[in-house]
Amino acid sequence: MKLELRGITKRFGSLVANDHIDLVIEPGEIHCLLGENGAGKSTMMNLIYGLLEPDEGEIFVDDKPLKCNSPSDAMAAGIGMVHQHFMLVPVFTVAENVMLGAEPVRNGGLLDLDAARKRVRQISERFGFDVDPDAVVETLPVGVQQRVEIIKALVRDARVLILDEPTAVLTPQETDELIEIMRQLKANGTSIVFITHKLREVRAVADRITVLRLGKIVGEADPSASEAELASMMVGRSVTLAVDKEPPKTGDVVLDVQGLTVVDERDQVVVDDVSFDVRAGEVLAIAGVQGNGQTEVTEAILGLQSKATGSVRLDGKELIGRSVRQVLRSGVGFVPEDRKVDGLVGDFSVADNLVLDLHDQPPFASGPIFKPAAVQSNATERIAEFDIRTGSAATPAKTLSGGNQQKVVIARELSRPLRLLIAAQPTRGLDVGSIEFVHKRIIAERDKGTAVLIVSTELDEVNALADRVLVMYRGKVVGIVPGDTDRDVLGLMMAGVPPQEADKQAEEHPTLIEHAEALLTKQDEDQK
Amino acid sequence: MTETTTATTPATTEPESENVKALTRNWAPPIAYTVLGLFALVVFGILADSATATFGLSTRSDAIQLDPLAVPSKLTSIVLAVGCLLAAAYAFWLTGKARKQPLWLPILFGLLFVMSFLVWAVAGAAISLTGLLQGALALAVPFIFGALCGMVGERSGVINIAIDGQLLFGAFLSGVVASLAGNLWLGLIAAPIAGVMVAWLLAVFTIKYFVNQIIVGVVLNVLVYGVTNFLYGSLLAPEQDTWNSPGKFGKLEIPLLSDIPVIGPVLFNQTIIVYVMYVVVALVHVALFHTRWGLRVRAVGEHPEAADTAGIDVNSVRFRNVLIGGAIAGFGGAFFTLAQQGIFNKEMTAGAGFIALAAMIMGRWTPIGAVFAALLIGFADNLQSVLGIIGFPIPSELMAMTPYLLTILAVAGLVGKIRPPAANGVPYIKS
Repeated sequence: MKLELRGITKRFGSLVANDHIDLVIEPGEIHCLLGENGAGKSTMMNLIYGLLEPDEGEIFVDDKPLKCNSPSDAMAAGIGMVHQHFMLVPVFTVAENVMLGAEPVRNGGLLDLDAARKRVRQISERFGFDVDPDAVVETLPVGVQQRVEIIKALVRDARVLILDEPTAVLTPQETDELIEIMRQLKANGTSIVFITHKLREVRAVADRITVLRLGKIVGEADPSASEAELASMMVGRSVTLAVDKEPPKTGDVVLDVQGLTVVDERDQVVVDDVSFDVRAGEVLAIAGVQGNGQTEVTEAILGLQSKATGSVRLDGKELIGRSVRQVLRSGVGFVPEDRKVDGLVGDFSVADNLVLDLHDQPPFASGPIFKPAAVQSNATERIAEFDIRTGSAATPAKTLSGGNQQKVVIARELSRPLRLLIAAQPTRGLDVGSIEFVHKRIIAERDKGTAVLIVSTELDEVNALADRVLVMYRGKVVGIVPGDTDRDVLGLMMAGVPPQEADKQAEEHPTLIEHAEALLTKQDEDQK
Repeated sequence: MTETTTATTPATTEPESENVKALTRNWAPPIAYTVLGLFALVVFGILADSATATFGLSTRSDAIQLDPLAVPSKLTSIVLAVGCLLAAAYAFWLTGKARKQPLWLPILFGLLFVMSFLVWAVAGAAISLTGLLQGALALAVPFIFGALCGMVGERSGVINIAIDGQLLFGAFLSGVVASLAGNLWLGLIAAPIAGVMVAWLLAVFTIKYFVNQIIVGVVLNVLVYGVTNFLYGSLLAPEQDTWNSPGKFGKLEIPLLSDIPVIGPVLFNQTIIVYVMYVVVALVHVALFHTRWGLRVRAVGEHPEAADTAGIDVNSVRFRNVLIGGAIAGFGGAFFTLAQQGIFNKEMTAGAGFIALAAMIMGRWTPIGAVFAALLIGFADNLQSVLGIIGFPIPSELMAMTPYLLTILAVAGLVGKIRPPAANGVPYIKS
């Protein structure tokens, strides 16, 4: 099936998310859509899938115009989609999720669960998915949930399958398995649109690459293009991701975590007996696939998790059981994972956001009296120091770009003396310039002798920042390894393989992506 | 698959550590059971005087006559209270092992406790058990209809606080139509229409205009109270013969089934409205869990985006469900006028819609659970009036509080975790 977009435009208010997009997906190809967060990739796919309506332009399926007002129209036309955030009902079984919307029935309207189970098993066996149709979705690992999503699309005879950032939640090895599945589907004649911002994957799997920047198509590329070329197309200038840093000058242990265990509100264990320490002047990065307990570790340290036991000592003082305010006052800086929800009050001005945790302290207050003048002068200083691009200090924080919002959060957290800085996903969704800036400030803070704890799901960031890397899997510590550990080893550890064994396996079986890269590099050399 | 896949198989899950057990243990239920059990043992047993408690098991018209059950009150209460304490000990043991509490445990405990109390309260007197249960069911009927109404809405993600208004308007319109037409059956048809009218307002404001669901619900209740009170004062009371004399349905005895001792006359000698209720309960149960409609409704209430991407129109499912709920509650409202009173009275639902909401939550959003919760509340409610008649020393106002106290305890999680539909109360707005 051939899918074609002609002159598609979508605006959200003054923002043009998609600007006259022309794109052709040929039958049986794996077409990569590459772009930074916010480049308009997901908007485009939601337009194809009927979740949004284009303001201009048309979509053609096999040269016939597609009238696509809802997902059911798209599905009827043979378009299937695996969303970045899975569209699965957590309390339903796999079979129930797969049948939803196209339920087989018998005896005058009763659900035919057996038929649904059979369909799941058929597809599962054909592609070697190993999915139990009666498993409740919320109990399944994310990799398996993703397969359930793919089964959902295949049950409806999807001939174009859109995968929206499918690897964001996977370990490198699970990514390999997904790539294998994509190849099988392609061999079956299914076209695949693969949306991502990760260059390595693109080069391993794509037949064609289209690069999107700021809502526009900025070019097409061949999978043999180098990573640097793709990166510069994606961000519009040449980039280096490496951070200049000196070897750490470590001091005493600042943060000492022993036997930390956290359960969530459903009594699921999310952090299981985690122990580690962070010394003054070093960066410890917690690596792992999203949702393996990293966030909860940082929240437990700060006192945001009510059901936590074990010991968290800051300079020998116990933090568990203390209020968030007490923890902050004892010298902990916290950059939360979701700045829009936990880091800022969107409707407050930049100036107010810069003193959120200090508003009741001198010089911003004396007793119950708030001192706007001090807040204002503080804002002027910070805006200059951190190069926050804002109309004025009175601008509401929510109107700033992601990068500048993050600068506000970091400026606030670094504006008081710290013993420990915790930063969760400090550069998620930021443009490259802001990433460089944030990385530099974090290293600068380290060099001032602060202990730094980073949580990141991006191995590039872990490699760039970490002096030591702690890998978490399913709430447990897989191992703590030096910062310059090989990506393959980290990847295996992220899948729960202990460090020594990961070392061995990585040597024996380089991952598909590494393999593809080696080949491509060789081709490059041959061409020269 | 590639060879790498074999390497990624994670280590098998180990048994939970002590840390985890300590965090996941919930000591509240066993402690509550123990306190209540000890209370029963001391107050109903040890401190009580010994007398005989007599329970009638048959009414005079029954085909099979059973002798009244007479028991020594002190001894029986003590035995039952010890039973409570054994249940508490079992709960402690389960919690210590960090195991789940089975659902039958709170039910068993509740039964033992209530029986222990009942034997103590009836000591030296006699009550009819059949009568007690009959009264309990009669009180529970509107709660059951109301709970089903709330459930159909909330399973699709719309909170319905206006159940009371829907019951009341059903009661009002059924009474008026039956009076004017001189036909009870027409009144019965008018009742669900009345419920749908109120539900339609709720649906339009909450689903189409995204107004806060709680606020619209509260406002609709007040609106229905106001409208019915006004019409009652200006029409129904002054011209009662024309407007407010519907009469009521007689009881239909089902042959054979109504001859079953104790429960036969309770369940199978009822008005048509109660028989319809049995059917509606069964229908909602089957529809919700075994049909296409039910699967879609539950998907919409749990994860509307997932339903939307599967091609289900979320907001029309919700709209339809709120109307179906309205029809159920409106029909239930007819029970007040056409089965119980034979006449419409001001605010005659007396907050039944809110109790229904509690029954729905206690029953964990399932029809069967809600029925049991409603029966329990109805039983407690009826018990206080029966005990008032035999001269029970505790003031009836205090006794009347028990159903509400029970509800708070249940909702607070003392009988296990309660998990509402995930998208309950969250409007679905497409960008």
